[in-house]
Amino acid sequence: MKQTFAVSIGGAAGQGVATPGDVFAKILTRRGLHVNAYNAYQSIIRGGHTFLTIRTGPEKVTNMGDRIDLLIPLNQDTMNRHLGLLGSGAAVIYNADTIQPGIPADGVQLCPLPVSQLADITRNKVAQNTLAMGAGLNLMGVGFQPLEEVLTEQFKKKGEAVVNENVAVARAGYEFAAAHFKPFLNPLPMTDNRYAVLSGNVALAMGGVAAGVKFYCAYPMSPSTGVLHWMAAHARKAGVIVRQVEDEIGVINMAIGAAHAGCRAMCATSGGGFALMSEGLGMSAMIETPVVVINCQRAGPSTGVPTKTEQGDLWQMLGAAFGDYPRVIAAPTDIADCFKIIPEIFNIADRFQCPGLVLCDLLLSEGRLSVDPKDLDFNVPIDRGELITAAGGPPSGPDRDGIYKRYLITESGVSPRAIPGVPGHVHTAATDEHDENGVLLSDEYTNPAKRRAMMEKRMRKVAGIEAAVKPPELIGPRNADVTLIGWGSTKGVIQEACEILHEQGISANQLPVRWLVPLKGDAILDILKGCQHTIIVENNYSGQFARYLRSETSYVPDGYIRKYDGEPFMPHHIAEAVKEQLAGKTNLSVPRHEIMV
Amino acid sequence: MATTAEVSRPLTLADLKGKVDPDWCPGCGDFGVLAALQKALVELQIPQHNVVTISGIGCSSNLPGYINTYGMHTLHGRTLAVATGVKLANHDLTVVVTGGDGDGFGIGGNHFIHTMRRNVDLLYIVMDNQIYGLTTGQTSPTSQLGMKTKSMPFGNIEAPLNPIALALAAGATFVARGFSGEQKHLTELIKEGIQHKGFSFLDAFSPCVTYNHDNTYQWFRPRVKKLEDEPAYDSANWYAAMEKAQLWGEEIPIGKFFERTDIPSLHGAEPVLAQGGPLAHRSLRLPAEMSRGFAEELL
Repeated sequence: MKQTFAVSIGGAAGQGVATPGDVFAKILTRRGLHVNAYNAYQSIIRGGHTFLTIRTGPEKVTNMGDRIDLLIPLNQDTMNRHLGLLGSGAAVIYNADTIQPGIPADGVQLCPLPVSQLADITRNKVAQNTLAMGAGLNLMGVGFQPLEEVLTEQFKKKGEAVVNENVAVARAGYEFAAAHFKPFLNPLPMTDNRYAVLSGNVALAMGGVAAGVKFYCAYPMSPSTGVLHWMAAHARKAGVIVRQVEDEIGVINMAIGAAHAGCRAMCATSGGGFALMSEGLGMSAMIETPVVVINCQRAGPSTGVPTKTEQGDLWQMLGAAFGDYPRVIAAPTDIADCFKIIPEIFNIADRFQCPGLVLCDLLLSEGRLSVDPKDLDFNVPIDRGELITAAGGPPSGPDRDGIYKRYLITESGVSPRAIPGVPGHVHTAATDEHDENGVLLSDEYTNPAKRRAMMEKRMRKVAGIEAAVKPPELIGPRNADVTLIGWGSTKGVIQEACEILHEQGISANQLPVRWLVPLKGDAILDILKGCQHTIIVENNYSGQFARYLRSETSYVPDGYIRKYDGEPFMPHHIAEAVKEQLAGKTNLSVPRHEIMV
Repeated sequence: MATTAEVSRPLTLADLKGKVDPDWCPGCGDFGVLAALQKALVELQIPQHNVVTISGIGCSSNLPGYINTYGMHTLHGRTLAVATGVKLANHDLTVVVTGGDGDGFGIGGNHFIHTMRRNVDLLYIVMDNQIYGLTTGQTSPTSQLGMKTKSMPFGNIEAPLNPIALALAAGATFVARGFSGEQKHLTELIKEGIQHKGFSFLDAFSPCVTYNHDNTYQWFRPRVKKLEDEPAYDSANWYAAMEKAQLWGEEIPIGKFFERTDIPSLHGAEPVLAQGGPLAHRSLRLPAEMSRGFAEELL
């Protein structure tokens, strides 16, 4: 098993959970360690319960893991909720003035800090947090120097006095721990690697800029708002117009307007906002103006659980907008992939002049991951397809009458697209069914032959899209006892579940699906044909992917693992479910989330 | 087949003739609005490839198909959002948005308000016939009280919206009303609206000869009074405009109610557009050191 270490910090919203989280993440990545952070929180600005878990290790950390090594409860509620999760070897650092520990399991080290003796709590309201950071890093075997550096950066703007005070408080915690507590058995290692730490939302935004997005608009909606924030903060530098619009209907239509005029345009939302956008997607498909829309899923239906994760929008995406039209749907498989997938889907959307949909979720959007800066390379391939701009473009096609036809019927279904402003290519793009010239069929007294020809022209693009996308690949040993099929964000946790199973003598592999449309059903069937026992793992109630796979391929797996309590899978959830299914106890497992957040 | 004016010769009305003839009912007010728009573009000599005519859905929204400029026939009510995107992406384009009262004040009401607030530089012509035509005659947001339609056969009990007052309140920087039966006057308003650097709203009475038997040409003709005929009227005075906007019945003012030129349009205020030309013409690639900088922020 890989060496990992997880620290969890919990408290009420407003108690300052985020700052220690950021400080730990910085110190760990500067040590050359990977991190993966997941924050379980509520839709509340002050109060409630927030629980941040940062897991680190010398190798890539793909998920929040199963074990907490160090718990830092900032209030009694956090202590009460989570002390029982700690096992032998773990430690809990807490403010002895205000928090009672309860009874821990054997081998759990209680580390009470006499906060009022170590710091002036009348002046420093978050002294307990800073003391705990110092104490925690001592137990983890990290020297004081890195903490001093990060705190200095953190408080630099507030002046030297504030820096000095915080460093002094942290040092008091560090030294108190050295004198009174036992360090962890394995001190955190160090490597020469350097990693960037980013959320999926930042990765999606950066991927957009790398793809050449010049227009981004949005209506704030958790958990997608981080994309808007990054875009807005970097708009001037990157030359991106960022607009906050009155609603998601306005968002999609404004993005399509900008795209129609020649920009690469993108927008992000969550399930509810996406629902409002669906008519707009039909327009994108009908007027053949590409646009990229990101749905960062949260638990639904309706307002749902705004701060919790789910993979419950697949069928919404598959069915969004009425009528048949070509679309592309991709589900990034981790935070680094959020960056990669955006330029890829833009190229497909541009080449095939159709909407490109990205199905992300809260787990990736708001989670954080260490990424090698080399994997954030902006020098990505850009293919705008058959676009005619003032600067030129492909020939306008075989103009039988010597005129430009925007919706020229071609073998590929793709018609050269001129943007407004180009002389000699004047045309109207219509959401009504139209002929090759863009003339409304209703203006020519509905013509079944033309309607059929236009439907077939548009739908011929599906074959091209199919060819542009790679099928999924099996990860792990070929002839495994069990094959776990997942899509999007579950890739990391399934991978770790496979490792756990392997240690317990069960060989497991994984088929992670990244392109949902086109699904590449034939390739998937080919792979699954050779598998012994297949289980579909997904974060929703009804098995949306299982139903989709079945509808496209008639494939029925041996079992299902589903979770719909708002929290992501932990590796042991999947490993235990696999075991009960291999033992023949059930073919549908719904693991219980033990952490009460 | 429509011809295409090149830079070398002046734009003519023939150039602006669409690929097909309008299929509006004979006598429809929309013919007059289309003709006035075509005349205005010829008088202003804006090359047709630099004009985008954008509409929503409804009888009047079929207009982009009948004029030979770049055109978009978008979704019901969503025109102004689409048009905002077009204008921000390429502010060199002249954007003319056309639609009906149901499209703009009903289903598109939210976008109407916010686009005015943003002062997007475009001309929005609403062909206001106070009825839903293409759906065969239902009450619209501007249908008068008591008006009997298929959806309110016992008479409309909802007060009509006042588009001029709403536009003034929402911050439109050019607010005017025209009448399809007053061609020259309407053409001048369209020209002014296109030239205004900001959001221009033009409510154009465009009688529906099939479904609205109350607000007919005959009904409007004796009632409409041109503001231009009142020498004392000051269209820079917002309060005076708001007062005039309240008139309805025996006297209905048409003309330019209000114009202000002291606030920038949305694209004029957008810092990203302060230098470098239209967004749509810019390179998709960023300088390598800038992209490296974005990644380094995260280290």
